[in-house]
Amino acid sequence: MSAKHTHITDVVVVGAGLAAERSAIEAASAGLNVIILSLVPPRRSHSTAAQGGMQASLGNAAMAKGDNPQIHFEDTVKGSDWGCDQEVAKMFTETVPIMIRQLDYWGVPWNRVVAGKKKLPSGLEVEDTKDKEGLITARDFGGVAKWRCCYTSDGTGHTVQFVVDTVVCKMGITVHDRMEAISLIHDGETCLGVVARCLRTGDLNVYLAKSTVIATGGAGRLYAASTNAVINEGTGGAIALNTGLVPLGNMEAVQFHPTGMPPVWILMTEGARGDGGYLLDKNLHRFMPDYEPKKKELASRDVVSRRMIQHIRAGYGVESKYAPQHLWLDIRHLGRKWVWTNLREIATIAMNFNGLDPAKDLVPVLPTQHYTMGGIRTNKHGFAYGLKGLFAIGEAACWDLHGFNRLGGNSLAETVTAGYLVGIQLAKYTLGATQKFDYKLVEGFVKKEEERIKNLISGKNGKENVWEIRAAAQNAMMDHVHIFRTGKSLQEGVAKLQELYKRSLKIGLRSSGQGANPELAQALRMPGMIRTSLCIAYGALMRTESRGSHFREDFPKRDDVNWLKRTLAYWKEGADLPTLDYEPVACPYMPPGDRGYGEATAPAKGK
Amino acid sequence: MSRNITLSIFRYNPNIPGDTPRMQDYKLEEYSGMTLFVALNEIREKQDPTLMFDFVCRAAICGSCAMLINGRPGLACKTLTKNLPSRFTLMPLPVFKLIGDLSVDTGTWFRNLQVRTESWIHTNKKFDPNALEVRMSNETAEAIYEPERCIECGCCVATCITANIREDFIGATGINRVSRFLIDPRDERTDREYFEVVGNEDGAFGCVGLMACDDYCPMEVPLQKQLALVRRKMAAAGLKLDLKGMKIS
Ligand SMILES: Cc1cc2nc3c(=O)[nH]c(=O)nc-3n(C[C@H](O)[C@H](O)[C@H](O)COP(=O)(O)OP(=O)(O)OC[C@H]3O[C@@H](n4cnc5c(N)ncnc54)[C@H](O)[C@@H]3O)c2cc1C
Ligand code: SF4
Ligand code: SF4
Ligand code: FES
Repeated sequence: MSAKHTHITDVVVVGAGLAAERSAIEAASAGLNVIILSLVPPRRSHSTAAQGGMQASLGNAAMAKGDNPQIHFEDTVKGSDWGCDQEVAKMFTETVPIMIRQLDYWGVPWNRVVAGKKKLPSGLEVEDTKDKEGLITARDFGGVAKWRCCYTSDGTGHTVQFVVDTVVCKMGITVHDRMEAISLIHDGETCLGVVARCLRTGDLNVYLAKSTVIATGGAGRLYAASTNAVINEGTGGAIALNTGLVPLGNMEAVQFHPTGMPPVWILMTEGARGDGGYLLDKNLHRFMPDYEPKKKELASRDVVSRRMIQHIRAGYGVESKYAPQHLWLDIRHLGRKWVWTNLREIATIAMNFNGLDPAKDLVPVLPTQHYTMGGIRTNKHGFAYGLKGLFAIGEAACWDLHGFNRLGGNSLAETVTAGYLVGIQLAKYTLGATQKFDYKLVEGFVKKEEERIKNLISGKNGKENVWEIRAAAQNAMMDHVHIFRTGKSLQEGVAKLQELYKRSLKIGLRSSGQGANPELAQALRMPGMIRTSLCIAYGALMRTESRGSHFREDFPKRDDVNWLKRTLAYWKEGADLPTLDYEPVACPYMPPGDRGYGEATAPAKGK
Repeated sequence: MSRNITLSIFRYNPNIPGDTPRMQDYKLEEYSGMTLFVALNEIREKQDPTLMFDFVCRAAICGSCAMLINGRPGLACKTLTKNLPSRFTLMPLPVFKLIGDLSVDTGTWFRNLQVRTESWIHTNKKFDPNALEVRMSNETAEAIYEPERCIECGCCVATCITANIREDFIGATGINRVSRFLIDPRDERTDREYFEVVGNEDGAFGCVGLMACDDYCPMEVPLQKQLALVRRKMAAAGLKLDLKGMKIS
């Protein structure tokens, strides 16, 4: 076979979501040649699914008065449960207002301030003042002191991705969609590019570049139930891990969003609660104020999700055709006009999939896997650990803005801000780098992939069924590595995953594998996916404390003495478990303290 | 309650030498809440791992999964099988290039569209990182969001007579896209400049106004309204072409 096409460029960006495209724009603006690779056309990337909005301390809305980057910074650090990189959080919160305004300049139709008195669902009266009219407004979100979530209805990700892509089109940046990166080419020191498989023809392609950027998004589909798109299988992290040199940081930090809608697990945006929605139990009682008197439904996501499960465990869950146990989201009191204007996308989703009209019906919800805080560990400029010329940004990266819990609205904001900031650094690096050509080395990497493909087709290593293994691995994550974790259950989960990992090396196709065969695509990803799952499960097993979204029932307290550190997971060749290393988490601006919500602040009320 | 359903699916992979187009039947046991997303994945995982189709968001917001469902264009991920007869057909969208089975290349088509219609904000202003955003009324922002909601699924293109016979026609989605910039105060193009882009038979004047597109848009983008707006503006601009560079309102 051998690689069909070899492409040589300055920068290859793996991914076409918001982080990817924003960094590509920065690199191209510096005069560099850029090629973007993506599983899907850019405008179908998962960023377009983001509903609620983007956090930036513009301070225009009535409830945003007095906001500034410092307050945004403090909210972010508290949200992260002191797990984030505070220098990154500083840079981020200071830059993001400019990013929002630049997006506005590029064409995002941000909702604006309308002057006048308003009565909020909570009964509070506020007034948007004339001097702010027409400026970008914001809504409330979880875990924040001020309203700073900028939005366009509840299609924020859509409008932002579309607008950023207009800039990519305008600049004429090359995009190869349906092109999946399946391995990184490197010489042990420097990354030389990627081997990719074309999802139109099945051909292997080689991309050689001075810089390689991984911006492949989240890994939600390692779980059976996730709000993530079906393409979010974490393959970008997996190919980096596979080098044995690049570590994944804090993979055990997985976010579960309070309001996924069963049985399809599509997200009901946090904006629904931000705009005044309630959570109700089987007695239609609004229970969150019982647990979190201050923040109520708007404590951080990790806290609300745990409180919900706690409430269900106490016997207050709803049994219905939607799920064996769930709770209700109630936004009826916001009124039909509000629901079908400002929460229109989720109203449509509830209608499409469950036939429910949230203006008059309750919507079933349950905490669902939502966000991957961990990822390819980079320094604050986006340089991946372990290999020169390799960068990572967005949800695929552990730049470490989010630590152990990401605040809603901070992720979209991260994609463009990191895209911009890392883009500048990446351009600088690339302009000073020389292209390495080592065709023998490249050929070796291509051969390796060809060999894998050949063996999958011939069934040389075995006849294991890829879909069965995928389902079993996803279920193991649901059963053992979910919201509430214990050493015993994690140990079982790790053992199951190890077993499945061995089986994944013996997958054999049932089909011919010809052309852009979907079974082959899945089979090529499978071992990497389970390696990544093992990084999550094993990292969670070894972290004997609770921090943010990582909650150990057998170690329910945060332990700053022993665990103010970041997990680095490496995968050594031939291993069946990751090797874990740790680095300290510095807190130069804000020493560890009380979050102001959650179990440490308001001890569980025995209901 | 459960019934057996038969999906009659178009099969053809142009990349496999010797493959020929055909319809193939697959039988499934339906269960409550089953969507075509669930059904097609079940077929791929249990019956035929070669079957090609595209899903990304599975929530009717990314536009990946449009196909002809029993002859009508629609998003497969939000289609409940219970709303279909016990035997139905699935075909790839026409107009777009076939990749294989139910998968078509909408990406290339839409990228060409953006480039041809120059669908980005045209402005001579420079971005000033130290300045406040330019004020805009919330009403204007909402009016722009309306056409911006198009998810580029291609349903309106597949159903359009003109698009089916005229290869370069930009379709309702294309005209709608232009309308989005036309009403955006940040875009400084004159009507004359827009006329050069869409004032022709491949653009606003190719549309015969039968509005099949409007019936099939899964996002309920008000195509009729946006098309009328562009046609009206372009007709006026056509009449006044000699008045160079004037904005007509
Ligand atoms: C339903 C939902 C709603 C959300 N709402 C919000 C919100 O309101 N506010 C907020 O801040 N955050 C929100 N988030 C989170 C946020 O949307 C994501 O974290 C963010 O968009 C990720 O952007 P990204 O650019 O990193 O990746 P993505 O947008 O996921 O893009 C990944 C890209 O990588 C490509 N890719 C992947 N693997 C490969 C490969 N191997 N080879 C080639 N290409 C590859 C894909 O094709 C895609 O183009 C939401 C998330 C979900 C799931
Ligand atoms: S109204 Fe115009 S765009 Fe719509 S289907 Fe008819 S010809 Fe096509
Ligand atoms: S206008 Fe509607 S039907 Fe046409 S591509 Fe956009 S979303 Fe699809
Ligand atoms: S999969 Fe996204 S619209 Fe159907």
